[in-house]
Amino acid sequence: MSGRVLVGVKRVIDYAVKIRVKPDHSGVVTEGVKHSMNPFCEIAVEEAVKMKEKKLIKEVVAVSCGPQQVQETIRTALAMGADRGIHVEVSAKEYESLGPLQVSKILAALAKKEEAQLIILGKQAIDGDCNQTGQMTAALLDWPQGTFASEVTLEAGHVKVVREIDGGLETIKINTPAVLTADLRLNTPRYATLPNIMKAKKKKIANVKPADLGVELASKLQVLRVDEPPQREAGVKVESVDDLVGKLKEAGRI
Amino acid sequence: MHRAINKTRQLRFQSTLVVAEHNNDKLTPITLSAITAANKLGGEVSCLVAGTDCAKVVAELSKVLGVNKVLVAQHDAFKGALPEELTPIILATQQQFKFTHICAGASAFGKNLLPRVAAKLDVAPISDIIEIQSPDTFVRTIYAGNALSTVKCNESVKVFTVRGTAFEPAASEGGSATSEDVASSSAVGVSEWLEQNLSKSDRPELAGAKVVVSGGRGLKSGENFQLLYDLAETMNAAVGASRAAVDAGYVPNDMQVGQTGKIVAPTIVAINKDPEAPIFLVSDFGLVADLFKVRSLPPPLLSAGSLSLMALHAALSC
Repeated sequence: MSGRVLVGVKRVIDYAVKIRVKPDHSGVVTEGVKHSMNPFCEIAVEEAVKMKEKKLIKEVVAVSCGPQQVQETIRTALAMGADRGIHVEVSAKEYESLGPLQVSKILAALAKKEEAQLIILGKQAIDGDCNQTGQMTAALLDWPQGTFASEVTLEAGHVKVVREIDGGLETIKINTPAVLTADLRLNTPRYATLPNIMKAKKKKIANVKPADLGVELASKLQVLRVDEPPQREAGVKVESVDDLVGKLKEAGRI
Repeated sequence: MHRAINKTRQLRFQSTLVVAEHNNDKLTPITLSAITAANKLGGEVSCLVAGTDCAKVVAELSKVLGVNKVLVAQHDAFKGALPEELTPIILATQQQFKFTHICAGASAFGKNLLPRVAAKLDVAPISDIIEIQSPDTFVRTIYAGNALSTVKCNESVKVFTVRGTAFEPAASEGGSATSEDVASSSAVGVSEWLEQNLSKSDRPELAGAKVVVSGGRGLKSGENFQLLYDLAETMNAAVGASRAAVDAGYVPNDMQVGQTGKIVAPTIVAINKDPEAPIFLVSDFGLVADLFKVRSLPPPLLSAGSLSLMALHAALSC
């Protein structure tokens, strides 16, 4: 096994930002808004770096798809301990319709090229909330998938994954190479320290185009419009439990 | 030779495959919501039951209103509903019947499985839809529910998962579906299901519960959650928790509600002793009271039959 782990990282609007829908309903406002690495991607990077620190794997390669700005996100992964980066260049216009199907094709092609032993992704991106890319990448490679991972144990030739499922937890054992997606409680990502941020500047980020990987970016999904959800109006204040019951009855809830 | 070409317009009828989620004993309720969604598309609805011991679930599904056909795939390889094993049978079924749509509930099962199927079919799936506007146009939430996205799908087969709380469950009686076996090939064998650790509880299951009592980090400890368990018991309610409460270790992960946990669609009743508490800005009803003094709610609130989903968000102020 190559001992190489590919980690996908996505640049998203920072989780603490209150998003605004564009007045023309074409999307969400991203210009001039703070962006960061998707929190689930941070957890994915952390898991890969921990595997390397434990000498279970040899190299962590951070990959991101998008326009120039995603290089910041790759640098953050490098500062957390990834060894090198790959920036898959996608123009701003193409990025608007870049979705899990296209990204999974890119990651699958890179995994083959890099002879990756493992791909670790975040379970979902907090912008699209799709929760698809890991599963789709595994399918394209015909690899098994360990999604919503809350615990990962790498052993010879396979990996044991404890997964968060609806009723609790389940444990599976899957052959490597495999795709894992990180759930919230897999680990607590480290902060990039200043010395590591400086070191990261020297690490290499290669540039590659989707066409070089044989991937077409055209999408058959079309966002027709984006809207704000129906506003929750401030509710009714009640004085006592009896008052609450009365108002709930009036409103036809009970 | 000149042939008169009859330009018959071939109408492509909608036909949907619902991948059933079950435990070889009972159907998981979210599948009934997926069936409702499938029926909204129009056309035939078939349900695939893949498992190690399907008979009971097939019998249950055959009576669900809105199901035309039940497809049965029984094989030991389907133990644990591993996506690597279920994907080939779904693809074979698709190859045989050529559905226009394939869907499942947006549970851990459906979310894990359907994107894998979609990638094999080289189509973009759509996750967690909350509305069907037409057979090719769906609405879903993005940014943790802070925006709604209306998406048109031009793929030849539409693959999607369905948010359970957005579609009423199909009636469990009144249907009379036919059933037929679909051939399973041998196990793929790259993955193995070892065990599960489900939280045992007499309380209603969270995702489908009519009434949800939920608590956050303000409860300060796992022991304090007992207050909510007691309150919930008087209402036959499920108990949920914010991500912060789960992260703090007060409660197990399967109780998490919210963006990356279970999405519930509640009427929110907030109880907080601070009249300025922010929860009151979003709750439908707010009771300014000390949670510790509100031990149980009177009988009228217990008729859960007529209650739409309600969450009692108990937020203690510091």
